[in-house]
This record gives sequence, structure tokens and C-alpha cells, in this order.
Amino acid sequence: MGSKPRLMGYRRENGTMGIRNHVIILPLDDLSNAAAEAVAKVIPGTLALPHAYGRLQFGEDLALTFQTLIGTGMNPNVAAVVVIGIEPKWTQKVADGIAATGKPVAAFSIEGKGDLQVIAEASRVAAMFLQDASALEREATEMGDMIMSIKCGESDTTSGLGSCPTTSQAVDRWVAAGGTVFFGETSELTGGEHLIADRCIDDACRDLFQLTYDNYIKVIESTGANLLGSQPTQGNIAGGLTTIEEKALGNIAKTGSVPVVGVLKPAQAPDPAKKGLYFMDSSSAAAECITLMAAAGAVIHLFPTGQGNVIGNPIVPVLKLTANTKTANSMKEHVDLDVSGLLRYEYDLTKAGDMMMDVIYKTVNGRLCTAEVMGHREFTFTKLYISA
Amino acid sequence: MAITPPQFLLHHDGDNVAVAMTDPQPGTLHGRSVKEGTESNAILNHAIPLGHKFALTDLAEGDAIIKYGIKVGLASAAIKKGDYIHTHNMRSYRWEASRA
Repeated sequence: MGSKPRLMGYRRENGTMGIRNHVIILPLDDLSNAAAEAVAKVIPGTLALPHAYGRLQFGEDLALTFQTLIGTGMNPNVAAVVVIGIEPKWTQKVADGIAATGKPVAAFSIEGKGDLQVIAEASRVAAMFLQDASALEREATEMGDMIMSIKCGESDTTSGLGSCPTTSQAVDRWVAAGGTVFFGETSELTGGEHLIADRCIDDACRDLFQLTYDNYIKVIESTGANLLGSQPTQGNIAGGLTTIEEKALGNIAKTGSVPVVGVLKPAQAPDPAKKGLYFMDSSSAAAECITLMAAAGAVIHLFPTGQGNVIGNPIVPVLKLTANTKTANSMKEHVDLDVSGLLRYEYDLTKAGDMMMDVIYKTVNGRLCTAEVMGHREFTFTKLYISA
Repeated sequence: MAITPPQFLLHHDGDNVAVAMTDPQPGTLHGRSVKEGTESNAILNHAIPLGHKFALTDLAEGDAIIKYGIKVGLASAAIKKGDYIHTHNMRSYRWEASRA
């Protein structure tokens, strides 16, 4: 490789660096999806983020929904936010949380007005936000300014052999350059959790990791369910993976070789002063996991797949790579990088890492990834328990 | 590094399962270990799809199945060298209830 390619991003009011420039219309709750989607239709170029929750949640579950909404709005890939909710109080709470970044935020509530008036008022503001955002220019940035997240899906045995080790290359290079990376998928470490524990940077980190892992597994095991078909999934099984332990070792093969510097709760942002690889307590369901990581500030996501996953995220480019030659050929429109040549020994892992970094650089600088082109915008909340 | 594409890969020398890299027919396959780069031949008893596993040694019911140099499950039935390995003859040892 010659000189390092120049990375260009959007510097936000609070100093964070984004690689996309979205103006989002964020519903507080399921009831406000219709108005939010209407605004995004009236003002094309803005992006509505409909979702299924936000009503009658309580306690820790409610706190996570607020954290997910506020964190999504705070994400550096977002230039400005219009929040729409059924009632003013929680709507304002989310808007205020996002406004702490200094970015433009406006809140609208529907009770007492109805959808049509709110759509009219919110569209005027959305139009202004979009015009202002379009005037922002990219500036030079580096990996140390940005958070990357990783999570694999529809994994098969080729994931642990090819696409995950390739992702590892990118993780190590990103962290070596001063950047931060999130990985998660708590239950999917089962059988290899000791490998992660061994990589924790100190005892406090290790104890917190072990506690987090044990708590998650306790919940799963307390159901007494047969998980075959769920974890590993039917897709994993079709791809040749038989047990959770086998899947976990493939999963862990994507986490690089750098130490784990911290353990995050779902959607929790890391300490900006402490860069490196973080574990985030999260489901292994792709949309849930990536939504949580985006809410914690990730601006780009690497997604190794085996059997072929189509996942995207509304605000974060999700780059998909596979080492399964069948998937690379049959699902081309969902694959950003084919590293199946690695398993044919056409090139080595360092070269696969170079290829990965090339795709990352281009994506950072604005090239749309397949998930963006295909309109995959999965925005899915993690629900901790039933609503009241 | 012009190497004939391997028909199977194992993660580490000493693993007792290998992963098919093509859609192989029964017979003798050539492959290699990813970590050490050791080349070897192995017998396959059944046609299996790309990405699926077969045994490199005979295994008795309850024996550990080793991949990545680590135990990734147990044989839930006797398995002969060259046999296809999947949910019908392998199970998790961590999640006891997870079996076909």
C-alpha cells in the first residue's frame, strides 16, 4: 500500500465525526410513525425511522428505549433531527437529549393538533434542516475520530474461516490507528467466552464482562428451551454450523487480537478518552445489535456473513463481506466484499485485510454500500421485558 | 502463493473435523490446516455441501469434537472417520437441551 488514503467526514458541533449527513424524522413511539413517514415524503431527502415501541414501557426497558432514541439522534452520521411523539413530555425529553450535541433538533407532538397540522409544521422545519445540512462540507478525518462496529449474521463455517478473520484485520488496523470498535452478541460467545475474558485489559473489565455474560446466559437458560434453530439459527445450520460453541468461535474470530478495553451496556456510549475495542452487551439478532451500536455512536459497521444476510441500518452504512463463494455469486447485490479467494489461497489474510480497508475508505468518503443502495434500513429496538 | 484450491480446510492441526470447501463427492480429498498450513488428504464417506463438516478420526458417542483447537461439541452418536457431522450426530455440550 502506498500513501494512506485521505478520509473525509462531517465534523459535528460537539467534535464527533460522521460519514453520512442524514436529517432524520424520529418518531418517539409507534403511534407517531405515520406522521414521521409523511414528513419524509413531503421533504424527500429526509429519512423517517419508524419503529414498533415507545408506549407503556417502564423502568430499565423504558430507559433503554430513550437511550436508543437519543443515541440515534446523537449519532455523528445525523446532521439534524425532527422528533415527533404523541405527547409533548417524552417527545421533549428525547429532543433535549439529542440537543446536548449542539445539533439542530425540533420536537412536535400530536395530541391536540392531529397528524395533518403536525406534518405541516414539522415539514417546514425539516425542509430548513435539510437545506442547512446540504451546505455542510466534508473535512479531513482519521480512523481515530470514528467508531466502527462489527457483528456477523447468517454465519456459516466459511465465516470463521474467511470473512471473520478478514474483519479481524480491519479491527486491528482501526484500533492501531487510534480508533474505537464495538463488538457484542453476548450469547454468541458461549464456548469461547474465556477467550474474550482473557483479552480484557484489567480485572475490573474482566469481572464486568463475566458478570454481563453470566447474566445474559442465565436469562436464556432459565427458559429451559431447546435453542437449536434459534441459536445457532436455521440459516447457520443450513450453512454447516452445528452448535453454539462452533458458531461462537467463528464469531470471536472477527474481534481482532487487540485487548478489550471496556464493557458497555446496550446502547451505552464509550468514554471518548478511552479508545480501543469494547464489548457491548447485546442480542445477536442483527437489526437489534446494529441499532444499539449505532445509538452508542458507531458510524460504520462491518458485517461478515456466510449464507448471506441483507441487513442494513437507516443511519450507518453496513458493509457485508463473505467468504462463501455461492453467496457471493447468488446475492451479489448484498455483498460489498467477496473474500472467497482467501479460502482458495488466491491471496493471504493481509491482502484480504487490504481489500477490506479499501472498501471501508471508500464508504467513509461517501460511496454507498449495498445495504444503502438496496434501501435496507432496519431500525429495531431491544425490548428487555413486557410493557405495562 | 499459487496453491491448488483445497477441497477441505481444518482450522488447526489436531482438529478432528474438517470443513468442505467445494460440494465434494465421496472419496479422497486434499486439504490443509489454516493455522499451520499443513497439507493432508482425508477420506469423505458421503457427498456433502460446501461448508459442511466431516470427521477426520473415528469418534465414540460422547467424544469431544475439536475445531479451532477447542471443544465445540460432543458426538451424540458413534461417528466413523470420513462421516458427515452435523446435528444428527453432534450436539452442544454447553446448552444441554440444544439437540436435534
